[in-house]
Amino acid sequence: MKRRNFIYLTGVGAAAAMMPSIPVWGNEISPEAALEYVDPAVKKLIADVALNAAKSKGATYTDVRIGRYLNQFVVTREDKVQNIVNTESYGVGIRVIANGSWGFAATDKMDNDSIAKAAALAVSIAKENSRLLTEPVQLAPQKGYGEVSWKAPIEKNAFEVPVKEKVDLLLSVNDAAMKGGADYVNSILFLVNEQKYFASTDGSYIDQDIHRIWPTFFLTKINKETGKFETRNALSAPTGMGYEYLDAKPQHKIKTAAGTLYKGRYDMLEDAKQAASQVGDKLKAKTVEPGKYDLVLDPSHLWLTIHESTGHPTELDRVLGYEANFAGTSFLTLDKWESKKFNYGNKLVNIKADKTQVGSLGAVGYDDEGVKCGEWDVVKDGVLVNYQAIRDQAHILGLTASQGCCYADNWSSVQFQRMANISLQPGKEKLSVDDMIKNVEKGIYIIGDGSFSIDQQRYNFQFGGQLFYEIKEGKIVGMLKDVAYQANTQEFWNSCGAICDANDYRLGGSFFDGKGQPSQSSAVSHGSSTTRFNGVNVINTARKI
Amino acid sequence: MTILNKEEAKALLEKVLSYSKADECEINLSGGDGGNIRYARNSVSTSGGVSQSSLVVSSAFGKKLGVATINEFDEESLKKVVKRSEELAQLAPENPEFMSFLGPQTYGPDTPTFSEVTASLTPKERADAVAQSLKVSKDNNLNAAGFLEDSKGYTAMMNSKGLFAYNKSTSVAFNVTMRTNDGKGSGYATRGYNDFSKLDTKKDTTVAAKKASMSATAKAIEPGKYTVILEPTAVAVMLENIFFAMDARQADEGRSFMSKAGGKTKIGEQMMDAKVNIYSDPYNTELPTGTWSGDGRPQEKINWIEKGAVKNLYSSRYWAQKTGIKAIPQPDGAIMQGGTKTLEQLIKETEKGILVTRLWYIRQVDPQTLLLTGLTRDGTFYIENGEIKFPVKNFRFNESPIIMLNNLEDMGISERTVSAESNVNYLLPPLKVRDFTFTSLSDAV
Repeated sequence: MKRRNFIYLTGVGAAAAMMPSIPVWGNEISPEAALEYVDPAVKKLIADVALNAAKSKGATYTDVRIGRYLNQFVVTREDKVQNIVNTESYGVGIRVIANGSWGFAATDKMDNDSIAKAAALAVSIAKENSRLLTEPVQLAPQKGYGEVSWKAPIEKNAFEVPVKEKVDLLLSVNDAAMKGGADYVNSILFLVNEQKYFASTDGSYIDQDIHRIWPTFFLTKINKETGKFETRNALSAPTGMGYEYLDAKPQHKIKTAAGTLYKGRYDMLEDAKQAASQVGDKLKAKTVEPGKYDLVLDPSHLWLTIHESTGHPTELDRVLGYEANFAGTSFLTLDKWESKKFNYGNKLVNIKADKTQVGSLGAVGYDDEGVKCGEWDVVKDGVLVNYQAIRDQAHILGLTASQGCCYADNWSSVQFQRMANISLQPGKEKLSVDDMIKNVEKGIYIIGDGSFSIDQQRYNFQFGGQLFYEIKEGKIVGMLKDVAYQANTQEFWNSCGAICDANDYRLGGSFFDGKGQPSQSSAVSHGSSTTRFNGVNVINTARKI
Repeated sequence: MTILNKEEAKALLEKVLSYSKADECEINLSGGDGGNIRYARNSVSTSGGVSQSSLVVSSAFGKKLGVATINEFDEESLKKVVKRSEELAQLAPENPEFMSFLGPQTYGPDTPTFSEVTASLTPKERADAVAQSLKVSKDNNLNAAGFLEDSKGYTAMMNSKGLFAYNKSTSVAFNVTMRTNDGKGSGYATRGYNDFSKLDTKKDTTVAAKKASMSATAKAIEPGKYTVILEPTAVAVMLENIFFAMDARQADEGRSFMSKAGGKTKIGEQMMDAKVNIYSDPYNTELPTGTWSGDGRPQEKINWIEKGAVKNLYSSRYWAQKTGIKAIPQPDGAIMQGGTKTLEQLIKETEKGILVTRLWYIRQVDPQTLLLTGLTRDGTFYIENGEIKFPVKNFRFNESPIIMLNNLEDMGISERTVSAESNVNYLLPPLKVRDFTFTSLSDAV
């Protein structure tokens, strides 16, 4: 339903169906109200009411999250502003352990009485559910940090930029797209500010301020004679930055045979112009001949393959079966990790998890159960070496502390294990994209993310993209369409042929990684340099109805 | 949280409206409580309760609209939210597609969307229902993961044109996955109701348990085109991709599966087998839904697809006025007219085919043809000479639901089911379809 809400709000219909979208929802407020910040001293008072109330009812552990979740959407199509919405969601979520079982309750009524009632409800749920437990919750030790704070290192708070400036940008993007030959264009600016406060009986009182931005567009061109249409979505990445993301300098642009690509910052207007030209080329492109190809995958595309085929199967809750009823389990079972020789990929493949990379969507100072964040290896020289875990799972891996992967998408949602940034490390040898392409005999260069689907244990996947260029004997010879590739995760990562060097390293990501019941969305980034995979199965997706 | 009754909601909305100084004002009010339990590895994991309410004020000056929301209902807060929405409207750019709010509407009689049993559910009753599911799992030496969620709430709206609407509803959703302890078999069941007393977690878990045991020795067979029997849970996730794409504007603009050459649409043309009839009806007793949409338009019985031809598309009020069609809102659920056969009869009449109990991770590959990809999950079986012969390994498919309904051979009795992708409830039959396209094998269980 949330995905549908997003499609309804943005009014982009079929175009939005291509997006991995499950947004966090809230109430609508004025732009000025978004700049107000609740005093941490007030939040500490509220937190102490909840901590004391839960303790008095019999909780042996309590954490309290007071969250103010702000979104701003500016939505336009062609020459019209469709919607400007500011939303706020403010409330408190209280999680307890009583009789060895978790309990959780949340309320948006911030008076002491309502908070105490919510705390009591959380304890009563925990006690009621404890009879269904097979073993009590076992939390990894966590020291209290006292009163601390963390702010995302943004340069320009996007909520402070006047709405008119944002509207003018989007309308100029639309104008450029239409002048370039598009028939329709929808553009959207989506801003997020999470102001969240965490307090626990371990003695932490943590105040954090997190910002995210995602400028995007969907452009359509129709061949009226045949009735066929093609789309081209923006090559932007959602990022953990402020409005400075939209201020691209020459050093943020990578010129390739397939157009300009963006590193760290984004030129939305320029991308709209090239998109209008490329969508015309897509209509005229040659339909792909199915078969085996060497794929050259740009980071604007590869992030999603990493997300689905590496990020998800290394989530420990999936490995253990906690997601068996919804998101699924994982083929990366504990025995493979224990063997210390499971070849997830070949020796070129090094993958790190982190919660700290500047500008990434996952970057925070502390996670949503008060653990200070860091980075660690997940795949080292091709071998599976670690997972992503939280406090009540750490003991299963023999860890003495959580890896800091706990997150809730709202004060009203219970926190659980969510994906850290999971990134493919750049190649150690000097290698540019041009040099990589020169060595490909029969291949396809894929830019941008498209359709995506993977099974519930993360073996079999299928991905589309935005732009597909045919490579013959080391040269790009033209554009292809109707391309999707299917592979098995382990075979795919063992077919890795080369990885470009750190100069090409870029982040992609999603605002809407969905998991859990009730479903929650989490924002996460994935870095990589352009990477080659040898002999991957490509199918043709053209059909007639 | 108190569920305001119709009179209480009306009185509150009238008070808010009395503060308005805008050309037009519309207020949407909602509130509710929800609770849930999640379990996995035969043990409870997370659970919770949440209570929320909101009052949304939309103020318009000419074609300029401002929207503000609050969740406190004291007099000062109510005055503040009205004033804030008016300030925002004055700052907003004109929206040429703004439509003046609707005047008074006539809605049909209330539908049975609210159940007292569900509304008064306690944490203990919720835990008891889960305990029954866990017992089935332990008795059968299986591993259960599941989710039970219930909610109660009300919605109301009023505007300065004299429109007033009110509804209260409850819902309960239950789904469970049973796995064999060696991880080689898996089965699933899902149910959605308004009335908690209709839910039988023991019965549904038993169905999932049977599928888990039956699917444990799966054989690999070649991907390709097969006759399939899709259970309603699998039908839901395919068909809803048609429902979500039935917007009139997208079709008229040439960018939907309903568009065709020369700027025309395929309205009225037979695109699917003549046995295909799909409609929505808020008054259906098995699937009652609200009698009004979020902008106040009445929800009525609508025939969307008749004898394989699309007859109606939903539309915004703006687009309907511009193109001279009836402004039909998007429905809250859909119903496919089924047949009289049971699933067992469909299997019995199948010479060779594959029984698909669930499809998962459905994504659109091509909006032009509604080509979808996804995978079978939680029990896929080979049928020969009218019998289930053996479980088969899961497949990835690439298929359009339009092509699938064109290849419809037969269908069974419609039943209420829930989409595991969107959580929307539907009434759908099991379908027997020829030439369903499986493109690769998956090792996943």
